[in-house]
Amino acid sequence: MIDLFKFFGKEESKSKDIAKERLKLVLIHDRANISPKFLDMIKDDIIKVISNYMEIEEAGLDIRLSRIPQEDDTYSTALVANIPIRRVKNMGPNRG
Amino acid sequence: MGEVIVITSGKGGVGKTTTTANIGAALALAGKKVVLVDADIGLRNLDVVMGLENRIVYDLVDVVEKVCRLKQALIKDKRFEGLYLLPAAQTKDKTAVSPQQMQELCQQLKEEFDYVLIDCPAGIEQGFKNAIAGANSAIVVTVPEVSAVRDADRIIGLLAANELMDPKLIINRIRIDMVKRGDMMNIDDTIDILGIDLLGVVPDDEKVVISTNKGEPVVLDEGSLAGQAYKNIARRLMGENVPIMDLEMDEGFLAKLKRWFSMSKKRSY
Repeated sequence: MIDLFKFFGKEESKSKDIAKERLKLVLIHDRANISPKFLDMIKDDIIKVISNYMEIEEAGLDIRLSRIPQEDDTYSTALVANIPIRRVKNMGPNRG
Repeated sequence: MGEVIVITSGKGGVGKTTTTANIGAALALAGKKVVLVDADIGLRNLDVVMGLENRIVYDLVDVVEKVCRLKQALIKDKRFEGLYLLPAAQTKDKTAVSPQQMQELCQQLKEEFDYVLIDCPAGIEQGFKNAIAGANSAIVVTVPEVSAVRDADRIIGLLAANELMDPKLIINRIRIDMVKRGDMMNIDDTIDILGIDLLGVVPDDEKVVISTNKGEPVVLDEGSLAGQAYKNIARRLMGENVPIMDLEMDEGFLAKLKRWFSMSKKRSY
């Protein structure tokens, strides 16, 4: 039944899907740039979480949005964080 | 104490002014006391869209500069009980008003009116800052096109940065035929991208152009789908629960069959 619908439906990609994909990508960058505080807020939260597990060098922490080339010549967007570790806390044996 | 709602979009030409005029008219038809404020100083248009351009004596800048009293600048729309317009100045520019002054103006207006609707200029500069300064809430108007949606997203961010959280979305000029072909983003696509609550969907309707030519809000046209959509939006603003029909029905055989059976149901956007 589903195949039958597919048979009658359009096979080529719809222009609205292209619009949606393009918008999603562009908005990732727009939103990240809208406030200079944006990355700082993420940075602070990352420090909070990571600090539960390890001592990190806060001054050396680097976090940014990067475009990563894909095999099909498109780009994907990634949040790249470089976090220098001073010491990992001894949490005892792993739970779970 | 009334509610001050700014109607904004970022991009120009998506229908802010038409939306402001028609929501205002629909609220007035529902018995509310409404004032429409044209905050687009230097490029006023709400007056012509409303058909009140010949009745302007004083404007918003005159009020702010205390050239006249607020009541003297308010134009009463004789077609709608309880509907007033505060026109923008045409010969001044947007620096003639400050956000502080707009706040004071809105404070004054909301003591008189149930709804103060502010028609925001396009852009994100001074005019935008003025228009949002006195608002309690915001309506973001967009059309289902990449440029308008992108600008709407930016506006949503700027509203949040100015403590106007949870703006409501109006998707304007949606074309059902194109949505069905997959050549226009549908309601769900647009909400998915922007991530804010939907207030209403207004179909592309040539009756809007015809009404605007005549200086009459399209809500006066009983046969207009867009007019009906604006009335629904006004009812939602008043807290009524009016469903939004999913326009993008899968045109499979079963869906078509279902549609034939529900043909008699009144369409609501």
